[in-house]
Amino acid sequence: MTAVALAPSARPKGSVANRIDRVFDRWSMIVYTLLAVIYLLLPVAVIILFSFNDPPGKTNVVWHGFTLKYWLNPFGPDGLGSAVVLSITIAILSTLIATVLGTLMALALERYQFRGKSFANSLIFIPMATPEIIMGASLLTMFVSIGQPPFFPLNFVTILIAHIMFNISYVVVTVRARLAGFPRHLEEAAMDLFANEWQTFWRVTFPLILPGIVAAALLAFSLSIDDFVITNFTSGMSVTFPMYIYGAARIGIPVQVNVIGTSIFLIAVGSVALTTLAGRRKRG
Amino acid sequence: MAEIEVRLVDVTKRFGDFVAVDAINLEVRNGEFFSLLGPSGCGKTTTLRMIGGFEEPTHGLIELSGQDVTWLPPYRRNVNTVFQNYALFPHLTLGENIAFGLRRRNVKADEIKKRVADALELVQLTGYEDRKPGQISGGQAQRVALARALINRPAVLLLDEPLGALDLKLRKQMQVELKRIQQEVGITFIYVTHDQEEAMTMSDRIAVMNKGHYEQLAGPAELYERPKTRFVAGFLGVSNLLPVKADGNADAHAVLRLPDGTAARAPRALMNGHTGPVALGVRPEKIRLKAPADEVGGQYNRLEGVVRDASYIGVSTQYIVELRDQRRITVFEQNVERATKAELWAPGEKVVMTWLPEHSFVVPDEGVVEQVGIAAVE
Repeated sequence: MTAVALAPSARPKGSVANRIDRVFDRWSMIVYTLLAVIYLLLPVAVIILFSFNDPPGKTNVVWHGFTLKYWLNPFGPDGLGSAVVLSITIAILSTLIATVLGTLMALALERYQFRGKSFANSLIFIPMATPEIIMGASLLTMFVSIGQPPFFPLNFVTILIAHIMFNISYVVVTVRARLAGFPRHLEEAAMDLFANEWQTFWRVTFPLILPGIVAAALLAFSLSIDDFVITNFTSGMSVTFPMYIYGAARIGIPVQVNVIGTSIFLIAVGSVALTTLAGRRKRG
Repeated sequence: MAEIEVRLVDVTKRFGDFVAVDAINLEVRNGEFFSLLGPSGCGKTTTLRMIGGFEEPTHGLIELSGQDVTWLPPYRRNVNTVFQNYALFPHLTLGENIAFGLRRRNVKADEIKKRVADALELVQLTGYEDRKPGQISGGQAQRVALARALINRPAVLLLDEPLGALDLKLRKQMQVELKRIQQEVGITFIYVTHDQEEAMTMSDRIAVMNKGHYEQLAGPAELYERPKTRFVAGFLGVSNLLPVKADGNADAHAVLRLPDGTAARAPRALMNGHTGPVALGVRPEKIRLKAPADEVGGQYNRLEGVVRDASYIGVSTQYIVELRDQRRITVFEQNVERATKAELWAPGEKVVMTWLPEHSFVVPDEGVVEQVGIAAVE
């Protein structure tokens, strides 16, 4: 014991402690990774599994047996189909508008000096820093106070406005991160090679910041499609997919919700896989 | 007389209070290799960027091939630039990079293809058109940048320290190559560098810049042999400068008296235009060392001193010789007559420095520095 403590190098290589060390070195990382993956994916696995469940009653919490019937009839329950369509429509529109506006704002904030720039800079962070519940409540107050019908009935338009608002912040921050390291001399080189400002943007600037814009758009889409709090305040009589689930939870969530949840998950994973593959092929 | 390709009239550029370029007047001739040489911050790159259209002058006029382009954007000027960091577009192949300018000018596809192939051949990169900029070396990227600019057949090619990022051996190789390409295509080159050797090797004429203006504009040999200012004398190679007083004439020579009373001579023409105090300059390799007893011809200038230091560099030996007033003179002697270490002059030995009056030069003396410049060893 004392000898080991005094001269650690003298510890024999084949000792038990040493062997445990080596086994631990080799396996600890793998075990830890596995545990982390399980922790992250277990809820998703449960959702997928229960989309094939065949419960006798309205509650879908106990496994009864395998069936495909809910996959074959995903929009069975009343109002589910229209809620999904509304959510997807709002997600697509708010993503498009927020990405375009946010990218332009990011370019302006990163490239130009103008009056009110620092003010605009700090405004960008407010929607991200404010608790959603507060923002939802104040949006409701605002829409109601300025908007008796026909100006702002609470509906599709108010949800869209709210989603665009919080999405813009995330888009600006994401695109700016990409622009911050942008090599400006490439734009000078393009102008030197007879490209005017418009051509320089589309031929050089845009392709190079595109990964940032795509990342921003994906982020905006996922933020929009599952937003509940703000949407709940601004939707009036409209019902989005998350609101439908919330409403259904009181009497029992239909299995179709799991089906649609699984589909969204698969589409998301699939599109990420596709972009990664495309990126790899381009670089290779 | 060659026609003027680029003309700068009173071109000034201020950044806030800082004057980067101070009322420069410059004429670059058609087909010449012209260099702007100077230390960093002397305004050479700003001058180039104004010719390219990336900066607008605070005032002044810039003409290209007789046309006023002062306020035209870069894409409306018939010049192309080779940037210091190459600035190749990373998302395009080398072929697309090179074709970029022609595409913007709506040249026909089959002609673009032919000219890209020619351009790649010119820079010896045939077969590389499908590679990406990330897959080639710095020297190759440099050549692609050159091809991308030259393919447009500009009236003037601007080069902003294009060899700065290359290692020494590659740089020497590219210097030769650049000169070859310039002679082959016959385009006017304006070359910005802080490397005096690079400028001397390639240029037809050099403007030596300092603090926003140029101190002297001449061919490499004239700049070296007859620098007009202390700055030029020090920036190009090593100079020995001694404060002197004019003391009449002897035959074709002006007599210049050193502080210790020794008289030296210099061609009378060199005294023209000097009104204030002057310094007499002589390059280290022009000086021969003799023993005090040696016979020295009457046509030589003579200066006595004591060897203080001898550094053997192989091809030559560098001596530091101290004068009576403790000024120090640098002398380079080829290792021909005294080739081995034992034969060199030793520290402490008395010597006589001799040189021909014609090898002298005269600069205005602001009277501070005894010796300027550093040995051209990197």
